[in-house]
Amino acid sequence: MTDTFRDDASRLDVRYVAHLARLHLSDEEAAVFQPQLEQVLGYVRELGALDVEGVEPTAHAFPVQNVFRDDEVRPGLDHEAAMKNAPQERQGQFIVPKIIE
Amino acid sequence: MAGLSNLTLHETADRLARGECTSEDLVRDLVAAIEQRDGKVGAYVWVNVEDALARAREADAARLGGDRRPLLGIPLAVKDVLNVKDQPCACGSRILKGYVSPYDATAIARLREQGAVFLGRTNMDEFAMGSTTENSALGVTRNPWDLARVPGGSSGGSAAAVAAGEALAALGTDTGGSVRQPASFCGCVGLKPSYGRVSRFGLTAYASSLDQIGPMTRDVRDAAMLLQAMAGRDPRDSSSVEIPVPDYSASLRNDLNGMKLGLPREYFIAGTDPEVERAVRAAVEQCRALGAEFVEISLPHTPYAIATYYVVATAEASANLARFDGVRYGARVEGEDPIDMYGKTRAAGFGREVKRRIILGTYVLSSGYYDAYYLRAQKVRTLIRGDFEKAFAGCDAILTPVVPTPAYRIGEKADDPLQMYLGDIFTVTANLAGICGLSVPCGFAGAGLPVGLQILGPAFKEENILRVGYAYEQSTEWHLRKPNLES
Repeated sequence: MTDTFRDDASRLDVRYVAHLARLHLSDEEAAVFQPQLEQVLGYVRELGALDVEGVEPTAHAFPVQNVFRDDEVRPGLDHEAAMKNAPQERQGQFIVPKIIE
Repeated sequence: MAGLSNLTLHETADRLARGECTSEDLVRDLVAAIEQRDGKVGAYVWVNVEDALARAREADAARLGGDRRPLLGIPLAVKDVLNVKDQPCACGSRILKGYVSPYDATAIARLREQGAVFLGRTNMDEFAMGSTTENSALGVTRNPWDLARVPGGSSGGSAAAVAAGEALAALGTDTGGSVRQPASFCGCVGLKPSYGRVSRFGLTAYASSLDQIGPMTRDVRDAAMLLQAMAGRDPRDSSSVEIPVPDYSASLRNDLNGMKLGLPREYFIAGTDPEVERAVRAAVEQCRALGAEFVEISLPHTPYAIATYYVVATAEASANLARFDGVRYGARVEGEDPIDMYGKTRAAGFGREVKRRIILGTYVLSSGYYDAYYLRAQKVRTLIRGDFEKAFAGCDAILTPVVPTPAYRIGEKADDPLQMYLGDIFTVTANLAGICGLSVPCGFAGAGLPVGLQILGPAFKEENILRVGYAYEQSTEWHLRKPNLES
């Protein structure tokens, strides 16, 4: 675990990760974010000092499981209201750039 | 009419009930206060004058017809992250410019059922990411106590509006301290309910396992009143919990007899401003004089809380903010193909702090790093929860500072994200552990900057922290002081 941590900062490539997040970065932003995020990761790496062997992870502070509701038809957001904020809309559908040639 | 805008909610409700003022008077007074002061303070991003007046007149008519709902005709300010039907909800972001909510958040719907009127929307750090409200794309908010300083964040507009007499009370949201910290910086009361106490439906998500909606008010009774209206299970939020909601006002009394309060040694540390520490220590003595018994406790994993928080919160944020892609709502920048469109839309729509957190969150979830960062942080989160479980076995509530310092100067930490994050040390733990927390004014530091006392309670024991906060507040006068905005 400690070894993984030691290598991490050098491997954070903000451009690559930003691409995974579908986020274009300017050269200036990449140059500013790279050292800032390396510094934050350096700090976060302190977690590596703790022994967490056998500790269960917490995903939610108050664990609830299998929350079901009755399977009943209820009114939802109507079509017109759902389309109201669309950046581009035609015949009740969202317009996006062409995906398949 | 004059002076209505500085009343508490319960005083307002009493005056309305006695017919000493109308809801329309209230809205007019608040709008006048906003017109007079908000040019300096910048608490609001949008004010709903005509519709609020119409709703106020409806409420006045209903009152004449015998309607006695507790919040009837009472105007509230709402953080710009909570959906109110037919109002804008920009979340402090360019990417949601022009967005109009098609529905009410559940917390809003419940307040509406009690008769509340939604007067306007308050500024915030973009998508609630920040501690100063400087990360808003919609303008600058200033601290009413010192206009050269920040109001705190991310619910900075809500805190500033209440402190400046531009709102009777406001709603905020708290993911790592975003209700309690601005309440502390602006000298108002801020309550973060236990995770699952208030429905998150209609709250634009930042970090779903940490977010809670909370009231920001002039006194503890008001916080209890708003929590009462909002709390309880909601079928539309599966993380809201089916635990009965007690009558919070019944827990408000003037003594602390029989209460056992914990002082965690990890929260009284070097680095805390000496005047903040002095104010909090004095509050501890006041609570002792009110009958509380004190025990020293330890929350040993506190030094790991900030790191844990910034892994868990950014991971969840990176997933939650994936929905802003320029397809269904918000701004769009055209691209050659959908991927290009997403990248350009998000580049133009998000500010720097949001971009940093999306990148960090994507990284800690990415293949090869998940175990080392995200899974490990979730395990440390279990240890932090365990610290509180052990502590609360021996006490009813815990007293700490809210923030190590009074309000920062505008621009002071803008280019140093890590320093900014470290200021959240005393507040993030409550969100990680899912417990409740209250910030109550407990004095002033420096040249008149408010200081807050944090009262932490076990999950779903809001009555404990309200009782402590109320008894303390009622025995002091800190909460009655007002900033001077006339000069």
